[in-house]
Amino acid sequence: MSEWTLFEIFIRSKHGLNHKHVGSVHAVDAEMAIENARDLYTRRNEGVSIWVVPSASITATASDEKEPLFDPSEDKVYRHASFYELPDEVGHM
Amino acid sequence: MYAQQVETGTKAIKSLAEMGPEERAFQEKIDAEIKIEPKNWMPDNYRKTLIRQISQHAHSEIVGMLPEGNWVTRAPTLKRKLQLMAKIQDEAGHGLYLYSAMETLGADRDEEIEKLHSGRAKYSSIFNYPTLNWADMGAVGWLVDGAAIVNQVPLQRTSYGPYSRAMIRVCKEESFHQRQGYEILLHMMRHGTQAQKDMVQDAINRLWWPSLMMFGPSDAESPNSAQSMAWKIKRHTNDELRQRFIDQTIPQLELLGCTVPDPDLKWNEERGHYDFGEIQWEEFYEVLKGNGPCNRERLETRRNAIQDGAWVREAAVAHANKKQKQQAAA
Amino acid sequence: MTKYDELTEFLLRLGDSALIQAQRLCEWTGRAPALEEEMGMMNVGLDLVGQARNWYEYAAERINDDTDTDADTLAFRRDERAFRNLLLVEQPNGDFAVTMTKQFFYDAWQFHLLTMLKGANDERIAAIAAKSLKEVTYHLRRSSQWVERLGDGTEESHQRMEKAVDAVWRFTFELVEKNDAELALSESGNIPALTELPGKWLATVNEVFAKATLTVPDAPNTFYLSARTGMHSEHLGTLLAEMQFLQRAYPDASW
Repeated sequence: MSEWTLFEIFIRSKHGLNHKHVGSVHAVDAEMAIENARDLYTRRNEGVSIWVVPSASITATASDEKEPLFDPSEDKVYRHASFYELPDEVGHM
Repeated sequence: MYAQQVETGTKAIKSLAEMGPEERAFQEKIDAEIKIEPKNWMPDNYRKTLIRQISQHAHSEIVGMLPEGNWVTRAPTLKRKLQLMAKIQDEAGHGLYLYSAMETLGADRDEEIEKLHSGRAKYSSIFNYPTLNWADMGAVGWLVDGAAIVNQVPLQRTSYGPYSRAMIRVCKEESFHQRQGYEILLHMMRHGTQAQKDMVQDAINRLWWPSLMMFGPSDAESPNSAQSMAWKIKRHTNDELRQRFIDQTIPQLELLGCTVPDPDLKWNEERGHYDFGEIQWEEFYEVLKGNGPCNRERLETRRNAIQDGAWVREAAVAHANKKQKQQAAA
Repeated sequence: MTKYDELTEFLLRLGDSALIQAQRLCEWTGRAPALEEEMGMMNVGLDLVGQARNWYEYAAERINDDTDTDADTLAFRRDERAFRNLLLVEQPNGDFAVTMTKQFFYDAWQFHLLTMLKGANDERIAAIAAKSLKEVTYHLRRSSQWVERLGDGTEESHQRMEKAVDAVWRFTFELVEKNDAELALSESGNIPALTELPGKWLATVNEVFAKATLTVPDAPNTFYLSARTGMHSEHLGTLLAEMQFLQRAYPDASW
């Protein structure tokens, strides 16, 4: 058994992108998890914001759910901009 | 190579026809270079082998801090001190990235570390050699990290997603390690006194053969290796990687103006590779068995760190629990 | 033994303290109580060596004699009597409780001192202080939390902390003593008045110790030793023998 809790770490880089999962750390509480994540995952100026979440609190999709969850979006091409053909005169839209 | 002789639990490789439907789907994904992710179905032996390989790799990073820690308090200038501290810290970081990848397989870091401390898990043989002069800090960076990089670059494409992502991060960060090491040596050879040049040659003499052993024995005959290659958790044979390392290292050695302790080393025009002498594998197996010059010291240091720190980790947990209770009561 | 002007002595006090504290942190390599702590301690150490280098470079420019003094010669070629670091930071690491107690006392001192120096008329001092303060703010946060955790953790950790405080408290007299040289520096306008430093340092200690359920001892009473005159404890000499080994053994070498 682990002595400390496993936390998943999400970091937002400088460029305004979403927080991105980078890995995990062990810590006794969220506060320590943030510091450990800072010391481990931002040594090279990688981040401006950190989220920490106890790994046990994350619910993930199971692999056998892949088809019902994600395949239905495959044929919804009308959700993508490239589906709509417009005359060149319209210019950039 | 930081992972040596990883047991796969396989006697012979199955063909697709011999596999059940789940395993066949799994193998087809691997063949198509699709990454396996933590929640995907995977054969038990694939999971176990990966845990062994990744933990061995992680243990190597952590034990690998010690030979350099031996000189970090004696680094000769402030610049060299900063570089070495940053490099050692990266190694701890890389160990943590790898343990983190390993934990996605359901393994527990503390349990795997306990296996290391009780001698049931391995780490790279190279870290059981002593660092005896300052040039060793250069030679370790150049040769040991260099050999590790040759191994790790293809592992960025390994089949297990979290391992592959950890390796990408490690490779990106590690690029400075080898250059840092080589620059230490080059500076000593170009601007140093005779005593410093002697240190460099001495370091290379001691670390050359152990660096070549890092890739492990020839794996032509090994079913473990063949299985690992089929699963794409290993992408090249030990001999291929060793040859690649030698071929890229010798020109750098010549630029230094140094030699390696191998009278048989010479360029083979026909093969387009360097030929080299026979590796003393008895030494490798002895080191792996625990009889290397520093095995006892390395493990004892790591064991003591964790044992002596037990009260600290317990206190931190106790304090967090107290705080949580106070918050719940408030 | 060379004695420099008061401002240079002051810069050496800052640089030497940072370097010796970092050197003690380096001794923990591969021995920290948790892998996450290896990262944390080394980050602090890296910051401190960087700070030492900045203070030394300024000091070296001021010394500017014909001996080619630079940051490295200040770090690696001076004898212990010439070192101006706080006695606190040269004390051996002991267990993690002693290490963190030392770190916390030092961080709190640095934090308040740098906050004041950030406003120095001397632009060089102000700039180094401002940069260092960002780092030290984080150091203080970390060490305060560890003091709190260990003080208010288990019975064993509490006892170890009490012992640690008892062991190093006597060296904190340097953090709170009045000093004529610094008074002169502030009167000549180089640095701001540091008269509030002792009170602020003690307030931080009181605050963190209260959370940590630790008792703040009575005012320290130490005599004879003084880093300002190079009267160190015996520990500094052996620390320097290790740290300076290569530069001393190979004086003609280039690294």
